[in-house]
Amino acid sequence: MPREKLVIADSIERLSILDDKGQLDRELEPDIPEELLLKLYRYMLLGRRFDERMLDLQRQGRIGTFPPIKGQEASQLGAIACLEASDWLVPSFRETTAELWRGRSLESVLLYYNGYNEGTVIPPEQCDLPMAVPVGSQVLHAVGLAWAAKYRRQDQVVMSFFGDGATSEGDFHEGLNFAAVYQAPVVFVCQNNQWAISVPLSRQTATPTLAQKAIAYGMPGIQVDGNDVLAVYAAAREAVERARAGGGPTLIECVTYRVMMHTTADEPSKYRSEEEVELWRERDPLPRFGDYLKARGSLSEESAAAVEEAVLAEVQAGVDRAEQQMATLGDPLQMFDHLFAELPPATQAQKEALARELAANDREEHHG
Amino acid sequence: MAKMTMVQALNLALRQEMEKDDRVILLGEDVGLDGGVFRVTDGLIESFGDQRVVDTPLAETGIVGMSIGMAVYGLRPVCEIQFSGFSYQNFHQLENHAARMRWRTQGRLTVPMVLRAPYGGGVRALEHHSESREAYWAHTPGLKMVIPSGPRNARALLVSAIRDPDPVIFYESKALYRAFREEVPEEEETLPLGQPQVVRQGSDLSLIAYGAMMRPTLKAAEELAEEGVEAEVIDLLTISPLDDTLLVESLTRTGRAVVVHEAPRSFGPGAEVVSRLMEGAFHYLQAPIERVTGYDIVIPYFSREKEYIPSVERIVEAGRRTLRS
Repeated sequence: MPREKLVIADSIERLSILDDKGQLDRELEPDIPEELLLKLYRYMLLGRRFDERMLDLQRQGRIGTFPPIKGQEASQLGAIACLEASDWLVPSFRETTAELWRGRSLESVLLYYNGYNEGTVIPPEQCDLPMAVPVGSQVLHAVGLAWAAKYRRQDQVVMSFFGDGATSEGDFHEGLNFAAVYQAPVVFVCQNNQWAISVPLSRQTATPTLAQKAIAYGMPGIQVDGNDVLAVYAAAREAVERARAGGGPTLIECVTYRVMMHTTADEPSKYRSEEEVELWRERDPLPRFGDYLKARGSLSEESAAAVEEAVLAEVQAGVDRAEQQMATLGDPLQMFDHLFAELPPATQAQKEALARELAANDREEHHG
Repeated sequence: MAKMTMVQALNLALRQEMEKDDRVILLGEDVGLDGGVFRVTDGLIESFGDQRVVDTPLAETGIVGMSIGMAVYGLRPVCEIQFSGFSYQNFHQLENHAARMRWRTQGRLTVPMVLRAPYGGGVRALEHHSESREAYWAHTPGLKMVIPSGPRNARALLVSAIRDPDPVIFYESKALYRAFREEVPEEEETLPLGQPQVVRQGSDLSLIAYGAMMRPTLKAAEELAEEGVEAEVIDLLTISPLDDTLLVESLTRTGRAVVVHEAPRSFGPGAEVVSRLMEGAFHYLQAPIERVTGYDIVIPYFSREKEYIPSVERIVEAGRRTLRS
């Protein structure tokens, strides 16, 4: 018997449309309505300015630890912009900009990062999951949602986000395998930001790309320039359309970079060079997209300034609303709410004991 | 009424709930054509098709993670983990997500799923097939942990578990699957979760057990009766959330108690039961409460498991000790 090559799949493609020098590939330029282009720009800027404001708030002790998203705006928004309102977003914990796009309020984000459960409530009209902290664990939920949508013959698509580190988790592999076996309508969007806290991609995987892992599961995979919002959008639109048409899941690897720390509790200078970070700062997705919009006449210096002003006002209003809300929250007894549909008797007794303790403390304070 | 084994009774519960509610989906390894390695899902794929009875890839995390997504969507997944000894691979999905989604989203998203898994020793099985680790799940806020003790209550509890709005871990004793038959009514029967039952009345001693330990415990009560001791026997049925009302009430009448389980002793469900009895009925106690349990060791390979699993003799002896005090 001869030893022969098995033809398993075509090689994995890489997609770049608007490169880091601002060069546009007109053949590949996606046809995006003007309104959507401007919305993308506004949310990229909102994501950026909100992130910067959160860092200030964190440094001032007004919110707790949070994971900045700076530099990943394009790789989140280009993908999420392809979903319909009735579709599902299944985020990890660094997709704040994508969540804002889906309708999460700024104050909800701030409440969450200041330790209030009220910050993870999904608006009633929305089909999204809250952020998932255990790395990669949410990937399987996306598959279950997509399986259920298919069972119900709804043409919903589920988009699951995760990072490069998550691709080492068993849940990632099981999720992609299950999705391909059941041809579930899921779009897996990997935010390859090169670093899982202090571990670089080269220590996370021995493969040259993450996209190629799709081949092993029997689904299409593509690598895109994650700082090129046009490329991310084009790849995601193709994947969403395929999933909606019954063509099953896709893995998209968005190559981007975590220009900030993992969370505000992390100090990246300990494990990576400033030169590397500088290189990626130059590949900033925001001015790249802004220049593209200006070149095609969609944005002017004046309208860009107006967007900037509106976004800053929106961020300020969000911070104000969050701080107003936080003043009214904080009843410790709330921690017992929603454990089960009905609180079991023994837990109810614990809640009542805490209530008595709090009431006694209050009396002491008043009299003391 | 038909006389059924626990396997047949569980199958009846699944079949009737699937007929009634198209949100109920079974999934797991070999649950389809094979009908499950213990045949609990036998014949269901023929009746309901492969969209209702779903054979999965061999991945426990995948099964549970996918069930969570299905449940959040609005389905009622009933997943089978082939042996509870393999359920540790899905631990993080239960602890991090199934148990918390309602709490995390303030009631907006819920996970009404059931995880069924065979547990316990006594069937001469290989390693990893005989553990009794219900305390893991009972220790997780947001999960319910249910263990039936016979065909009739297994059927009624499984129906309640499927209809419950929250995630339920449902352990089925392998030793009981075909051990005996009981009359199980064709018409619907449910049992409330979180409520123990008195299965034998008595006033001298309270014997508290659940699952596979109910049979040796009832046998022990009969032997004690021959000595003139009337033991009250209580079946927990739900390990968590544990409602201690009935247990405390029983102890106020008997003043003595023995708690029986197959699981290791330290930090086992018995420790919680004893604490609740101390908190609720300390002044009625006439003797130290006894525990008859598995030892704090790995459950031995089956040639030695008989000496590990609590026996009628050990339960009787513990009862006698409390009566001597």
